[in-house]
Amino acid sequence: MTIKRVGILGAGKVGIVLAGLALKAGYEVRISGSGSVDKIDLTISTLVPGAIASENAEVVANSDIIILAIPLSRYKNIDPTLLKGKLVIDAMNYWWETDGIREEVLDPTLTSSEQVQNYFKDSTIVKTFNHMGYHNLQEEALPKGDPKRKALFVTGDNHAAVDEVTKFVDSMGFDQVVHYKLTDGIMTEPGSPLFGASLKYQELKQIIDNFDHTDFGRKISSTLN
Amino acid sequence: MVNVDKLEFGIETFGDIVANEDGSLKSAAESIRQIVHEGEIADKYGIDVIGVGEHHRPDYSVSSPETVLAAIASVTQKIKLATAVTVLSSDDPVRVYERFATLDGLSNGRAQVMLGRGSFTESFPLFGYDLTDYDDLFNEKLELFDKLRTEKAVTWSGKFRAALKEQEVYPKTESGKLETYIGIGGSPESIIRAARFGYKVIIAIIGGQADRFKPYIDLYHKANQKFGTPDLPIAVHSHGFIADDNHEAVEVAFKNIKANFDRIGLTRGWAPMSREQFDSETKVGSFYVGDPETVAQRIARTIDLLNLGRFDLVYGAGNQTAAQRERMIELYATKVIPRVKEILKSKGGAE
Repeated sequence: MTIKRVGILGAGKVGIVLAGLALKAGYEVRISGSGSVDKIDLTISTLVPGAIASENAEVVANSDIIILAIPLSRYKNIDPTLLKGKLVIDAMNYWWETDGIREEVLDPTLTSSEQVQNYFKDSTIVKTFNHMGYHNLQEEALPKGDPKRKALFVTGDNHAAVDEVTKFVDSMGFDQVVHYKLTDGIMTEPGSPLFGASLKYQELKQIIDNFDHTDFGRKISSTLN
Repeated sequence: MVNVDKLEFGIETFGDIVANEDGSLKSAAESIRQIVHEGEIADKYGIDVIGVGEHHRPDYSVSSPETVLAAIASVTQKIKLATAVTVLSSDDPVRVYERFATLDGLSNGRAQVMLGRGSFTESFPLFGYDLTDYDDLFNEKLELFDKLRTEKAVTWSGKFRAALKEQEVYPKTESGKLETYIGIGGSPESIIRAARFGYKVIIAIIGGQADRFKPYIDLYHKANQKFGTPDLPIAVHSHGFIADDNHEAVEVAFKNIKANFDRIGLTRGWAPMSREQFDSETKVGSFYVGDPETVAQRIARTIDLLNLGRFDLVYGAGNQTAAQRERMIELYATKVIPRVKEILKSKGGAE
């Protein structure tokens, strides 16, 4: 599959930054907010001119890859059949300011991306773009080979989908540390030393490879055992 | 082009606990009295505004900023008295109006309300609100506050508060309208909302380059055009620290700002601040740290870049000593502000 058209659900801070990066990378970009086009068209035409402000169904129908950049507490507002058969990037995290009380949003026994995958059961979820601050994403996207280039963690269960997203992340301006296991998404959830960090490939890989030895990693494995 | 003569400069504190010289911490009560003293110093040196934040946590001393501002009012002459911010979402707009109208009376019209959604969770359960209503609460309460601000009889009903019918609120202000800002953190929706209500905007830039806000400021102007609301000068607030020596300033700021951000990050699962992040924030980002010349150059750049009408420096983050805080205010007023104006005038800002 060749990705030419990127669809972003969510016209908040992260969605807009990703729309800007995708435009810069030469993709055709569609983006939707929670309601009508009216509510976001001024924002989109001003902040990311060139992106097409649309509604969810339009965005999904006209895109090769979908990025979920809505508050984690609201993904269930999207009909799962809408994303049926689609390659979907989960860029979401629990964040109280938009999500409210954690226990009301997430099942504490599952990683957040598993819950997203369980809900969108006919879609292929790959987690990335979630662990770097949105202004770092905006300011630190660089061409391949630049010594200052930062890296993102990419993970999912579907091998081909992960490889596809890995190429996409590269085109958006970031190196990639790749796993083929959606539950490893826990490694970049809030509380992880990677959440909010902006690291180069080697630094990111080093923490991922030694994740069980980080405080957060130890905490996770102790709750599992 | 920035109008240098109309530019305003403020300082803001979130009410961080002040440290003694030996590193031990002062009490919250002592920290509150220190802010009043700092308000007096800022007024003496001609700083335009002092803003005091509202928090309900052990690491900040001020939960009731208007009370602190009232004390500052009684020992100052000219400085404007602002909150930074008033968490309207978990407050009662009628009470907010009453408290600020009172402060405005006490201070001969120097009260300034900054309304925000807040960036901490504590006030919601404390006052019986549900965090999941975060956005709805702010929208509804802003609507009511906007009516109250006309100082005429208000008829209103909503979801979160008892309705009002032909209700007058008191005291009336001498100017007839409380000066009001909306504090925003950079979500496009918030900017458009502020434009729709025709309020002044203060943007909290607490991370990353000021440059990325340029399109947001265009958005504010375009939204004003769309709603037919006045295009008011934009204000920005950011963290900073100033000392006589550049190296000393950087080290004190690193220790304190890092401690402050890391403590907050801990509750949100955000990784601790690295030295690299801090250095990048001070070099090109949103921390204004260094000797007066360094800080003046960076503030002047931001004001020019974003065409601002006001710049507020957030001081005292972490646990700084009274001497560090007071020296910073003095340097900001006597060295940085005049130098910023000089730099901007040399670039062609109005005389």
